[in-house]
Amino acid sequence: MEYISPENEAALTGARVLCCQCAVPIEPNPSNMCVACLRTDIDISEGIPKQATIFFCRGCERYLQPPAEWVVAALESRELLALCLKKLKGLGRVKLVDACFAWTEPHSKRIKVKITIQGEVMGGAVLQQTFIVEYSIQHQMCDACHRSEAQDYWRALVQVRQRANNRKTFYYLEQLILKHKAHENTLGIKPKHDGLDFFYATENHARKMVDFIQSVLPIKCTHSKKLISHDIHSNIYNYKFTFSLEIVPLSKDSVVCLPKKLTQQLGAISPICLVNRVTSTIHLIDARTGQVCEVSSTVYWRNPFSPICNPKQLVEYIVMDIEVLKEHEKKSFPGQGMVSSKHVVADVWVVKASELGLDVNPVHTRTHLGHILKPGDTVLGYNIGDSNVNDSNFDKLDRDTIPDVFLVKKYYGERSARRRARAWKLKHMAEELHEGLSSTNEDYNDFLDDLEEDPAFRQNVNIFKDENKIPVDTDEIDPSLPRITLAEMLDDMVIEDVDMTEV
Amino acid sequence: MAVRVQFENNNEVGVFSKLTNSYCLVAIGGSENFYSVFEAELSETIPVVHMSVAGCRIIGRMTVGNKNGLLVPSSTTDTELQHIRNSLPDTIKVQRVEERLSALGNVIACNDYVALVHPDLDRDTEEILADTLDVEVFRQTVAGNVLVGSYAALSNRGGLVHPKTTIQDQDELSSLLQVPLVAGTVNRGSDVIAAGMVVNDWCAFCGLDTTSTEISVIESVFKLNDAKPTAITSTMRASLIDSMS
Repeated sequence: MEYISPENEAALTGARVLCCQCAVPIEPNPSNMCVACLRTDIDISEGIPKQATIFFCRGCERYLQPPAEWVVAALESRELLALCLKKLKGLGRVKLVDACFAWTEPHSKRIKVKITIQGEVMGGAVLQQTFIVEYSIQHQMCDACHRSEAQDYWRALVQVRQRANNRKTFYYLEQLILKHKAHENTLGIKPKHDGLDFFYATENHARKMVDFIQSVLPIKCTHSKKLISHDIHSNIYNYKFTFSLEIVPLSKDSVVCLPKKLTQQLGAISPICLVNRVTSTIHLIDARTGQVCEVSSTVYWRNPFSPICNPKQLVEYIVMDIEVLKEHEKKSFPGQGMVSSKHVVADVWVVKASELGLDVNPVHTRTHLGHILKPGDTVLGYNIGDSNVNDSNFDKLDRDTIPDVFLVKKYYGERSARRRARAWKLKHMAEELHEGLSSTNEDYNDFLDDLEEDPAFRQNVNIFKDENKIPVDTDEIDPSLPRITLAEMLDDMVIEDVDMTEV
Repeated sequence: MAVRVQFENNNEVGVFSKLTNSYCLVAIGGSENFYSVFEAELSETIPVVHMSVAGCRIIGRMTVGNKNGLLVPSSTTDTELQHIRNSLPDTIKVQRVEERLSALGNVIACNDYVALVHPDLDRDTEEILADTLDVEVFRQTVAGNVLVGSYAALSNRGGLVHPKTTIQDQDELSSLLQVPLVAGTVNRGSDVIAAGMVVNDWCAFCGLDTTSTEISVIESVFKLNDAKPTAITSTMRASLIDSMS
């Protein structure tokens, strides 16, 4: 007996037949053909394209994933391979065993993918085949890039203008837009003299923006369209639409002089008023009586009035004495409008901070700030008595009824100290846009101060915690300074980034 | 001589014909092409007969026969049986068998001396087979398939079996049959040998798809062109002589 190794035995028992095409002895298989003959006979990669095209956006370096998605994929990355394989039709019929990139020059606009597939042929024989698919990269601009590239692409334009001295209203508008994400469809935003231009691809988007601004600010809107081209045969007209919005030229803390007729309409409020807040209406307060009223934009544009003093004219006063008005001392009369319960009217005696220490008599005036002023406080006000006001309504007033000093707001000390203590920040739509806006940085700081001072004002604003700010020792900060609590910041903090970088 | 032929665009010629050393049966086709090919090759030596079994044309699979006789299944009608008897020479015994496995051509492979049959074939049938065809009967399988009639084509000079038949099985079968066997294919790789071809001692017909390699294997194993014995047959013979001595 002779030992037969397993291989020998297999060779003995495993019968061999001749390949039916080329007569090479082979192990019998379902098709009874040798591999070489099967290859020539059957191409399992049939129906799988050997060339394909993928689209690439040069602007943002993304690839088009049909139908409309653009994905970032590095060369030779897993994502790119997935994208390439998805492009191949007919891979479902066979089993994909392996796929890898074959090297190509990065600038050749060609990607080669080596693909190994297995397919079943002729009743059960499994055939494996490796082949290379060549992708050519073609350039196609993605929608986002197309929009930014074609500056002339806009169809509708919203021009927002305010003929005012400061830009606080625009800072506020920016925050409102960010909070409500009203800029989603905007193609571009351009700062212009006295305002901003918003560009849109369709009239509807622009109209939506107009509606939004209308709901938050008192504005006047005019609409116009310009015929670009038209086709008389198909009745198609191609217009560019322009919405011109004019914001009421008033902001918080403006002092206004109302026309006589309007004062009568507004519950006999005194003609010299302070703008307390600006929302979709203008909130006025009479410092001497604490009487408040609202002026809607339609009413305003029927009888326009303008601020009589420039914020640059604000003067610091020191409170020498203050006496809250007793209930019986308050004058009231039939037909009087609503009186604010949040403010306290007081008699106050003030001296200009610059004249403090000189032998000057304190000036008497009435103020609505009785609830926050104490003797020794600094307060900002207009010296109306000494200033030269150019206002037709003002000229008609009796000089005796005009207060010499009109106190506007409490002054909380050094600006820089407040800025240092500020542990929060705001988001901006675009930095370069903001630089265009903030020609006077002072305006922006004023706006931030206003946010700190008025909780109602900052309701509509997303406030973010400033991580970069080095925390100031709380002992150093004057506790009387108005501050935004950490809770408010945390509440408002959102993870999603509201930057406008994509537009 | 091996001839390529097609039955109505179908390469499985073994299904539609039966060839033995003393007669040839062909199915009744739509055209006479198929018949003509057989007629051209065989008319000088043996009768070529049109027939059907139970109205069907798959006579190759339904019947089994050799030079001595012919077995037809029980479904054959009397008229058909009468027609066969009239057409074939008187020396050939024609017998109808009551067999559950009625596709006799699939379950029985035979030459003029030996028959390999399906292991489950009825005893009575086996006896009738031995008597009518005058053969020795062996219950066997080919490459694990019980349908020996489908997977083996035999003549008195050689035999072609299923490609997966092991060498040992081939040796065993060829010692039973006393003829050399070879594993092979017909019709471009088809392993259903008997369905793809019919053969007798001097002539073979195979499907039109059969490649030249397959033809050459068929011709050499059935010794159809009187070629010199190939290496296969000589070694085969040696092994046979060894096993018999």
